[in-house]
Amino acid sequence: MGAVGEKPRLIDESGRRIDGRRPDELRPIEMEVGVLKNADGSALVKFGDTWVLAAVYGPREAVPKHMTLPERAVIRCRYRMLSFSTHERKSPAPSRREVELSKVIREALEPAVLTELYPRTTIDIFIEVLNAHGGTRTAGVTAASLALADAGIPMRDLVAGVAVGKVDGVIVLDINEIEDMYGEADMPVAAMPGLGRITLLQLNGVLSPNEFRTGLKMAMEGIRRIYEMQKKVLRQKYAVIEEE
Amino acid sequence: MSITPELPLIPRLKANAIMNLLARGQRIDKRKLEEYRDIEVRIGYIPNAEGSAYVRMGNTQVLAGVKLEVGQPYSDAPNEGVLIVNAEFIPAASPSFEPGPPDENAIELARVIDRSLREPRVVALDKLAIIPGKKVWIVWLDIYVLDHDGNLIDASMLASMAALLSTRVPTVAVDKESGEVTVKRGEFQGLLPINRLVTTVTVYKIGNYLVVDPTQEEEALSGARLTVAVTEEGLIAGMQKAGMDYLSDAEVERAVEIALSKAPLLIGKIREAAKGIRGEGGEASNAGKQG
Repeated sequence: MGAVGEKPRLIDESGRRIDGRRPDELRPIEMEVGVLKNADGSALVKFGDTWVLAAVYGPREAVPKHMTLPERAVIRCRYRMLSFSTHERKSPAPSRREVELSKVIREALEPAVLTELYPRTTIDIFIEVLNAHGGTRTAGVTAASLALADAGIPMRDLVAGVAVGKVDGVIVLDINEIEDMYGEADMPVAAMPGLGRITLLQLNGVLSPNEFRTGLKMAMEGIRRIYEMQKKVLRQKYAVIEEE
Repeated sequence: MSITPELPLIPRLKANAIMNLLARGQRIDKRKLEEYRDIEVRIGYIPNAEGSAYVRMGNTQVLAGVKLEVGQPYSDAPNEGVLIVNAEFIPAASPSFEPGPPDENAIELARVIDRSLREPRVVALDKLAIIPGKKVWIVWLDIYVLDHDGNLIDASMLASMAALLSTRVPTVAVDKESGEVTVKRGEFQGLLPINRLVTTVTVYKIGNYLVVDPTQEEEALSGARLTVAVTEEGLIAGMQKAGMDYLSDAEVERAVEIALSKAPLLIGKIREAAKGIRGEGGEASNAGKQG
């Protein structure tokens, strides 16, 4: 989009960002699993003011049976923003952006799930953005991966994601909405950090090849930190306390 | 809802042949791994469109066209024209394409091309205001895939860029009192102002090999792809990973290298095709006068 109002200064003289963070600093992150009673797995993930809820149902029998595949489970994924999650009301009708992001998120999770264990079933993943403040797709992937684990679905590794960006010429980690709106580039990345596998990579903006390399490195470093938090929250819920 | 697609079945013999050749650095149609098929670009293909291009890449055929309409600007960019990109995979193009509204693949393709044009400001939208704040040019770029034999994004991007280069801005009459703008179809004031050329190079991972410009059969064996948009200055102007498989760090790094090395070839094709319209060298010269 073109220039919106007046562009604020995104990096101050001490090198701090608009919300006071250093370039390689994540927003405060909170994660909780098992937040819904009915879903087989669920998670609520907060990256600052970006709040995303993910729910997983399955593996379960598909409703129209012909939609299944004989050698693997089918993953069905929907990413959606609640109507009041944005400044201007978001129409509840699916936007082209939501259609694309549902696909990109499904493809970020496909390489992790051991779908071959559940032929002729579906695994449904619902991602609802409760409040949007930049980086909703990567928070969504992070939450969905936790919900899959919470549902007990076997995975090769957890998937964690974060968006890096370029703001006022500086490559920064975990961009917020203002940095996304006024910055020069937004690059969401998701990966299975334990295996070094990148499962989501998009770039919206212009970067030199070197800036791209710096950004990808920074994203992978941030992803590893988010991954440690994911493991911690799952351990807290599922670690068995042995007695005697 | 995005659903795991059923992959097209490739006869095992054919699949084995493709994989065995890749292991030796060869392709089933004798190409090298990083070699494009023959590319034909015909610019200004559709007489009634303000701009258009037909692109054939091997057996893949794509038609892109531009129509200009007078409309209202977005409130957050009152002095800029508007670019809208749509893509349709017509049922004539493949047995797997169904009639109906664009599916997630067509939407993704259109949005990847939209971002690759928008972010590096390929179209000088700031020069497309007719009455600032009130009336601007709406640039409708529509892409139709006519025949699908793989690598639809690169073919569509090439067609889009060529169509934009061939686009002429119609003459308008502005009624001073009412502010009404009438378009004089068939009369032109100049070429659509273009800032720079951009192309995409999509690198496909087949097994552990990276190739460009796969045929549909090769594409069916590919687990993941990375589209990289590259400007004529050699900057990265967009990226999109797709597919159900992953890419390692090293594969991403290599794919970007391949994209940067192949982009000049594609930019050259567009430039050559636009020579007759934009002058020798085909530089992205701006329209003479703007409304």
